[in-house]
Amino acid sequence: MKRTKIFLFLGLILVLFSTVLALFAPYLAPYDPFQINVDQLLQPPSWEHLLGTDALGRDVFSRLVYGARVSLWVGFVAVGISVGIGVVLGLLAGYLGGWVDEIIMRFVDIMLCFPSFFLILAVIAFLEPSLFNIMVVIGLTSWMGVARLMRAETLSLRKREFVLAAYLNGASLLRILFVHIFPNGIAPILVSATLGVASAILVEAGLSFLGIGVQPPIPSWGNMLMEGKGVLEIAPWLSIFPGLMILLTVLGYNLLGEALRDILDPRKKENK
Amino acid sequence: MQKEQILEVQNVVKHFDISGGILDQLRFNKGKIYLEKKTVKALNGVSLTINKGETFSVVGESGCGKSTLGRTILGLYPPNKGQIFFKGNRIDNLSPKKMLPFRTKMQMIFQDPYASLNPRKTVRTTLEEPIRFHQPSLSKKEIKEKVEEIMAQVGVDPGWADRYPHEFSGGQRQRISIARALMVDPEFIVADEPISALDVSIQAQILNLLMEAQEKRNLSYLFITHDLSVVEHISSRVAVMYLGRICEMGPTENLFDSPRHPYTQALLSAIPKLGETGLKHIKLKGEVPTPIHLPSGCVFHLRCPHANERCKKEIPELITLDNQTQVACHGVEEKRI
Repeated sequence: MKRTKIFLFLGLILVLFSTVLALFAPYLAPYDPFQINVDQLLQPPSWEHLLGTDALGRDVFSRLVYGARVSLWVGFVAVGISVGIGVVLGLLAGYLGGWVDEIIMRFVDIMLCFPSFFLILAVIAFLEPSLFNIMVVIGLTSWMGVARLMRAETLSLRKREFVLAAYLNGASLLRILFVHIFPNGIAPILVSATLGVASAILVEAGLSFLGIGVQPPIPSWGNMLMEGKGVLEIAPWLSIFPGLMILLTVLGYNLLGEALRDILDPRKKENK
Repeated sequence: MQKEQILEVQNVVKHFDISGGILDQLRFNKGKIYLEKKTVKALNGVSLTINKGETFSVVGESGCGKSTLGRTILGLYPPNKGQIFFKGNRIDNLSPKKMLPFRTKMQMIFQDPYASLNPRKTVRTTLEEPIRFHQPSLSKKEIKEKVEEIMAQVGVDPGWADRYPHEFSGGQRQRISIARALMVDPEFIVADEPISALDVSIQAQILNLLMEAQEKRNLSYLFITHDLSVVEHISSRVAVMYLGRICEMGPTENLFDSPRHPYTQALLSAIPKLGETGLKHIKLKGEVPTPIHLPSGCVFHLRCPHANERCKKEIPELITLDNQTQVACHGVEEKRI
């Protein structure tokens, strides 16, 4: 229990930290993140430029703060898409059973066969690499775990008597699924969604680092890393700070997810 | 005296397929590949009629198909064979939409008061739900009044309507379940072991509540239970089930006074009675066979002390005796028992 509390505390602080950065970016950033300043290329961190400047003289701190918006936006929208798809397919598979279940779950198996990062790479290579495309593609390739979880929850809830009572009263399929089953099976989905945000942020950073993610000049932690790698020896602050932000944010969501899992798991409650 | 029938069940058969996916069904035998289907034979030709205003009890041990019977009647499981009539209308093959008008007339009360209410809905939402589907014309105020009226009727303070199920005790929850069933003014209620999960003192209260509601609303009950003393107390007629078949059925008094089927005799002899000394109950040999592989002939012949060759081969039909009870037993028919 002590471990869970520490995880929850640390996770919340880190998540809150990156969220505040993203929400209040215009107020926190001392400079315009797109403002090129040829007088001050590759300045080391100083009081004037808190985290230094990059190869075009842009303020790294300002770009980092605006980058938080991109990363979190991608994380939440991608997870929203994957949870949406996963929940609907999982509910249908679990409740209807039979050949519907068979088709949906075999489709899940097929999707899981592809190494998702390379699938995303391939799809983005065909499409234009834009923020929107990245969010959608990450969402479309990460719903399988949610679908499996939701199906398992649905299987255990569908024969419960309050669900039967709703059916006997003539409740429609949608009402049974979304009013009676979904709210009672939401706990594991919540955990999975929290962990999903972390992995979506990582995938976005990876794609941007490879140059097929968020396109410059829009700042994202991933493409800031890429821009920094050429001058790693003379200006390490260009790489260290975006890397640190990715690390802390992903760690925060993972810790929060772990803590939520422990809190929501009824079996863990007994050894409190 | 001919009474008005409310429900008629004709020769209903319900088998559950438990063979799983196609890969689980594959069998190899002597170089041949074939598919093997496994079914649980829960109901094997059950016929009964329930009259208006009566309590018809179904008793039997666990796994004899009594709950399946209740659920099949309400359309939770489609029967494999046979027909079900509600007030003369066939209801076993209706689409959910066509079934809707009958759903207001037929309700169910479940065994487990902890599983039968949605834990994330307030009592009010739970009680309003049936009305939303069946009487959408009612105004908000009328619905609210109805909820409060029914809650008061079942003995739960209407002021608690906005609480969640976990804030109530088992007995109160069962009252709320009953309230949900009464919301749409049904005529027929299947009560699937409504009191077996409750404390003894609460059991009596709930039984009284059910009987009160019956008197006021002229309800008919199909009362599923394994508690024989309750059956004797509340029901007008009883059916005894064994392995998905009715072995004896008749007016409660006649059946309890002079049970004819060997299984009923053994079952009734197991009721402990005050003032009785020593053990007098009939001991049956063996266990209940699995409903996956039913015994041939009479399903009871493996354990019956009176079984003969005919019982092993021929399935006995229900025959009506002088005292209005119906018995499915070759021994009774041949006047051996």
